[in-house]
Amino acid sequence: MIRTVERERVPVETPSVGARADRPESAVRIEDLSAWYGTTQAVGDVSLDLPRGAVTAIIGPSGCGKSTLLRCLNRMHETTPGARVAGQVFLDSLDIYWTGVDAVEVRSMVGMVFQKPNPFPMMSIYDNVAAGPRLRGWKMDRRKMDELVERNLRRAALWDEVKDRMDRSGAALSGGQQQRLCIARALATDPAVLLMDEPASALDPIATYKIEELVRELSSEVTIVIVTHNMQQASRVSQRTAFLLAGDDGVGRLVEYGRTDDIFTNPRDVRTEGYITGRFG
Amino acid sequence: MSTAAVAVPRVPARHAVSARRRARERTMQVLLAAAAVGAATLLVIILGYVIVRGAPALNVAFFTERPLPFGVEGGGVGPAVVGTLILSVLAGVIAIPIGIASAIFVTEFRSGRLAPAVRFAAELIAGLPSIVVGVFVWAFLVRGIIGNYAALAGAIALAIIMIPIVARTVEEVLRLVPQSLREAGLALGAPRWRVVLQIVVPTARAGVATAVVLAVARAAGETAPLLLTALGNLFLSTDLLKPISALPIQIYQYAASPYDDWHTKAWGSSLVLVGVIALLSLALRLSIRRGAR
Repeated sequence: MIRTVERERVPVETPSVGARADRPESAVRIEDLSAWYGTTQAVGDVSLDLPRGAVTAIIGPSGCGKSTLLRCLNRMHETTPGARVAGQVFLDSLDIYWTGVDAVEVRSMVGMVFQKPNPFPMMSIYDNVAAGPRLRGWKMDRRKMDELVERNLRRAALWDEVKDRMDRSGAALSGGQQQRLCIARALATDPAVLLMDEPASALDPIATYKIEELVRELSSEVTIVIVTHNMQQASRVSQRTAFLLAGDDGVGRLVEYGRTDDIFTNPRDVRTEGYITGRFG
Repeated sequence: MSTAAVAVPRVPARHAVSARRRARERTMQVLLAAAAVGAATLLVIILGYVIVRGAPALNVAFFTERPLPFGVEGGGVGPAVVGTLILSVLAGVIAIPIGIASAIFVTEFRSGRLAPAVRFAAELIAGLPSIVVGVFVWAFLVRGIIGNYAALAGAIALAIIMIPIVARTVEEVLRLVPQSLREAGLALGAPRWRVVLQIVVPTARAGVATAVVLAVARAAGETAPLLLTALGNLFLSTDLLKPISALPIQIYQYAASPYDDWHTKAWGSSLVLVGVIALLSLALRLSIRRGAR
């Protein structure tokens, strides 16, 4: 991966979580990001500024690279063998692809919720929420951990449903509850940004509604980026929307990005209009 | 519409339940059931025969006494039971960590060129006849480093047989752990080794336990490599650098004799070996289940 002159613009000295002295307007700034699987390019030259404390939706038809783009924001993309990234992503002021930055450190600043609920099946509900702190080797006494688990289950609107069966397996919950458990798990380490990869696409309408409700509530405390191919969902939960589309070469590129209201009522690009009116995708 | 007018709709012939199809279905079921019953019956027959022939040999002295010369009243397999336990535990202590670690390396850190080589080597060792392992250990340890037949050499021979069994079985069960759980762990900001040790392996713990039990059971029943390494011992010994007895060796020695009384003792030893393996398996399963909690 070759990155050139942009490096001088990196304002932080040390690649650490604490480097948030000056807080720019955008929580996540993506510059000329491209991503490959082996020799196949999936994302091409995407630049985006995601505002702090807001929900940004990434929409687009299947195969437009929206999940790949999301996975580049916490350096999960590179865990796929042969995967590669070029360009820059800034979390606050930290260029997460800068040479000295540890991917594990980046992932600990960003939470992620996946398409299929994936609670750890051999862990209890309690242990699932405590998993993040424990996996990172945080030393906490039992009382502190109890508080942390309760606080995050409440944030994920799951506390009342599970408080009497915290020692049950996370796999014993319903699909929607499992997904909220995964959200609580992702929140437990207090990430500044929460990435959600089609978090409701495997859920029924009521569970979906609860997840959307939750996304709206959480947006005041954490910056959320949500990938969805459900346009109604994007319009319901997000303030900003980015529309990605794969060209004839199969590379996903940004077509339009702006306030969600504008994108859905007054799209500037004819392809955006075609997509949101259901003419393709 | 009157009720009389409601006729049972005629099913078109191609949708009707065909007698031939049903017959075929039943034939398959019967064949499969016969195979299953056959396999189970074989096991019951062997086990039953061992019990019937071996039970007369069993008494307290049989477990506590050492083998005595023919004609002397009594005599048993005390040293052999102790020897089998020592050899199995020692071989397990050597082989289980190595086998599990290599399986983890092959499945979880497979990006390098080393992983396929390790897997290929494990496959080769798994296909090695156990007598060849015995000859190898005999040449290197018994004739070489240690200088005499020794329990340690026997345990190492058994460990060499166990490692590929553990490695290959654990590799299979680790592959069954959904990728999404690894991703969840990584996304939580955990380093890869923590994800492996705290999420992947615990998720697969039942399969890991099975792998370990399989390997120990297999090793506890091995005879050929022990004849060339542990040799056998008529006296109770716990010295790892001296020859040691083991149940398979004892069975071989009793069975190869011309005496009826010793043949009965061979059956009795066989029954004890089956029992020891069953107990070892049970103990391992319980301890692994408890340890995972």
